[in-house]
Amino acid sequence: MWSQKLTRSILDKTKNTVFKVPRWKPVVSSRCLQTEGRTTQSQSTVDAADVEFFSKQMNEWWDPYGKMRLLHSMNLLRVPFVRDGLVNTAQKELYPLKDKKILDVGCGGGILSEGLARLGAFVTGIDASEDLIRVADEHKNVDPKIAYNKPVYLHTTVEDHAKKVSNLYDGVVASEVIEHVQNQELFVKSCVHTLKPGGRIFFTTPNRTRMSQFAVIFLGENVLKYIPQGAHQFEKFITPTELTFLLERNNCHVELTYGVTFNPVTGKWDFSEFQQLMYAIQAVKLS
Amino acid sequence: MFSNNVKRLLVRHTKCSIRTTSVRCLSTAEDVTSLSKSTTNFKGDYDVIIAGGGMVGCSLACALAKDSLLSNLKVLLLEGSPNKSFQLKPEYSNRVVALNQNTKALMSSLDVWRHVEAMRLQPVRHMQVWDACSDVMIAFNSEELLDDDVAYIVENDVMLHAINKELSTAKNDNIQIVYDAKIAGYQLPKQEDLKPKSSVQMANGDTYSCKLLIGADGANSAVRKAMGVQYLSWSYEQMGVVATLNLSEECENTTAWQRWLPTGPVAILPLDSKRSSLVWSTWQDDAKELLKLPEDQFVDALNDALWKQYPRNTGIETVTSWTSSWLKRVGLPDGTARQLPPSISNVVPNSRAAFPLGFGHSTRYIGPGVALIGDAAHRVHPLAGQGVNLGFGDVKDLTHLLSEAMYSGLEITHPDWMGKYESVRQRHNVPTQLMIEMLHRIYTVDLMPVVLARSVGLQITNALQPLKKMIMSHATT
Ligand SMILES: Cc1cc2nc3c(=O)[nH]c(=O)nc-3n(C[C@H](O)[C@H](O)[C@H](O)COP(=O)(O)OP(=O)(O)OC[C@H]3O[C@@H](n4cnc5c(N)ncnc54)[C@H](O)[C@@H]3O)c2cc1C
Ligand SMILES: C[S@@+](CC[C@H](N)C(=O)[O-])C[C@H]1O[C@@H](n2cnc3c(N)ncnc32)[C@H](O)[C@@H]1O
Repeated sequence: MWSQKLTRSILDKTKNTVFKVPRWKPVVSSRCLQTEGRTTQSQSTVDAADVEFFSKQMNEWWDPYGKMRLLHSMNLLRVPFVRDGLVNTAQKELYPLKDKKILDVGCGGGILSEGLARLGAFVTGIDASEDLIRVADEHKNVDPKIAYNKPVYLHTTVEDHAKKVSNLYDGVVASEVIEHVQNQELFVKSCVHTLKPGGRIFFTTPNRTRMSQFAVIFLGENVLKYIPQGAHQFEKFITPTELTFLLERNNCHVELTYGVTFNPVTGKWDFSEFQQLMYAIQAVKLS
Repeated sequence: MFSNNVKRLLVRHTKCSIRTTSVRCLSTAEDVTSLSKSTTNFKGDYDVIIAGGGMVGCSLACALAKDSLLSNLKVLLLEGSPNKSFQLKPEYSNRVVALNQNTKALMSSLDVWRHVEAMRLQPVRHMQVWDACSDVMIAFNSEELLDDDVAYIVENDVMLHAINKELSTAKNDNIQIVYDAKIAGYQLPKQEDLKPKSSVQMANGDTYSCKLLIGADGANSAVRKAMGVQYLSWSYEQMGVVATLNLSEECENTTAWQRWLPTGPVAILPLDSKRSSLVWSTWQDDAKELLKLPEDQFVDALNDALWKQYPRNTGIETVTSWTSSWLKRVGLPDGTARQLPPSISNVVPNSRAAFPLGFGHSTRYIGPGVALIGDAAHRVHPLAGQGVNLGFGDVKDLTHLLSEAMYSGLEITHPDWMGKYESVRQRHNVPTQLMIEMLHRIYTVDLMPVVLARSVGLQITNALQPLKKMIMSHATT
């Protein structure tokens, strides 16, 4: 399965044409614009339709019971995941991530960025949506716990950011983003480029299986409405094997792959063996 | 006798009540701040206020002071009684508790245990429980079942002093204690508040506010009442008569004895080579009688309770002796190797007292920004010596989960860790409470079938080492 996906991304790259898969979402107009743009520009990871889609959620972004509630509750899982990937001392501290520079790629309104800043990390959040960067920039003034450690937000893409910085961050995080980008290979490559050798890179994303199609798109978006409808396109989902392949090709060694499950009764996220729905990956950049 | 028993069982059933105490006081964070502004004697805002400085509340303060992630929290402990200076006297206090290995481990990790050891404690290495209505018994030996002692008998005030001593040596300026604190009422936050805040009003007009309020105020918890949660409770119509006893002969005295009388269990807990402590649970009227008896008659009554032959049912005799011979045949201990309890020479003057016994279970241990620990959340019959051990378990889990939450950058009142606290503790406490309740119910009747079943059950349990191990390990966690 992944070979097919890979061909797709290689095709994407070499011919610089867009490999269009029939889509369920009638967002053709913006998508056409984007296609035109891309033939003239150099490569981009931005899928304008997705970014526009998320920009529309800006007003509800920080409502813990609103449409973005799953991202809020997911912090309970992913903040410790990133923390334990970056520090593993027996002596626990209140600010375990202090002195750590972290890039949050596709930070959106900053839910994860703030969660990491609360642990003392110096966070740079980047996002392709100008609206969401504005939301994040406003919200960082709310929580007194990060008053002296506010994340820095930039409206940019990771490939542009990678042109300016290299080998800088102790940690790079892309949580629930890679399934929304074009050209996943360039995305991974650019992320790794900004990471220090020895630094850790973290992804969380849905798997591409029938089960995830059913659970994430059908149940999550259409039936239970935990996720805004139209947020995901199944064809863009990436499997753990594919992502591992992309990381290893970019000089990273995958250290951990966990299944991620959500319990709709308790409203809680958990790590498990079960990777069919969603997963989390941690890799280290080799020198 | 028969009808009497049935009546008592029924009475207990009907007396059992579910009370939803007072409607939750509603207030918003604004209310709290406006209130604190309008009253001139607003005394300060804290991260944590612990209401109740009994053994459980004080050990929580100590645990917070000692945890590297929690030691910078601003904590206020409010205790209603005055600050008594403690002096270890040669005579023992009549209030003692049996502490299990888990409590010892917690207290060692808090550096409290060394103070207990420096004062006094008595290890329990054997336990013998036997039935007055039949010949069967069950024995627990620490060597066979655990690598360590079964339990430790410690006086309540020794324990409390040890905790407070460590708390003061910890020199954590963030922990403040107010004694003689008369709490008049609470204002608790609303369900929807994202950053809950509670306020505590004192009888003298002072008010305090806090993010996290801990109810450690014992079985009649006012915090629990303010939460307006369901509380399932009943009185046993029984009292625990306590006293300090002098033994007729000096001995090693490391066995805890418990005999089940039809009126309830009588327990003799070792204090030192010459003295033991009594916990005698019996019906309220009997208990009051026992307190009034002259000392020599009280001792006679007690020796009677330990030694008296109760009328045996021949049917039961036949079955238990048959079970015992069967156990012997398959090579298991038949439970006839019974040791004899010490005989009591006299009771220490003025050491007798009686305490009401009851069952209580709060269906919720938490609310937004509020948590209950210790007897405020659960109350049990002392027959298994579990009460305060369950409370110390609450302290251990609460500190651990709160510390984890802080390490993950969560708010101190985050519903995630609080929800975990409730479910972890209820999963341990409720089955323990039910087990104790069941024991109490099957032993306070002398109906023939019940006696038969419990006797044979006890014989077989006693014979099966793994089962005993299981019981012991649950009782120590
Ligand atoms: C006869 C008997 C024998 C027992 N034996 C054992 C045993 O062997 N092993 C065992 O583990 N347990 C035993 N227990 C149970 C044990 O004593 C309790 O579980 C334990 O004392 C509970 O501690 P606590 O701190 O939760 O509550 P408490 O000890 O009740 O402390 C509550 C504190 O809160 C304070 N307070 C209450 N209301 C207010 C207010 N409004 N304002 C300010 N302060 C307030 C009180 O002054 C008190 O100091 C026994 C109990 C009895 C009655
Ligand atoms: C599901 S949200 C995840 C937000 C955030 N990571 C979180 O977990 O809270 C996906 C985000 O990725 C952003 N995004 C999508 N494609 C992007 C790209 N190519 N470069 C940068 N950001 C992108 C979107 O604007 C959106 O904010």
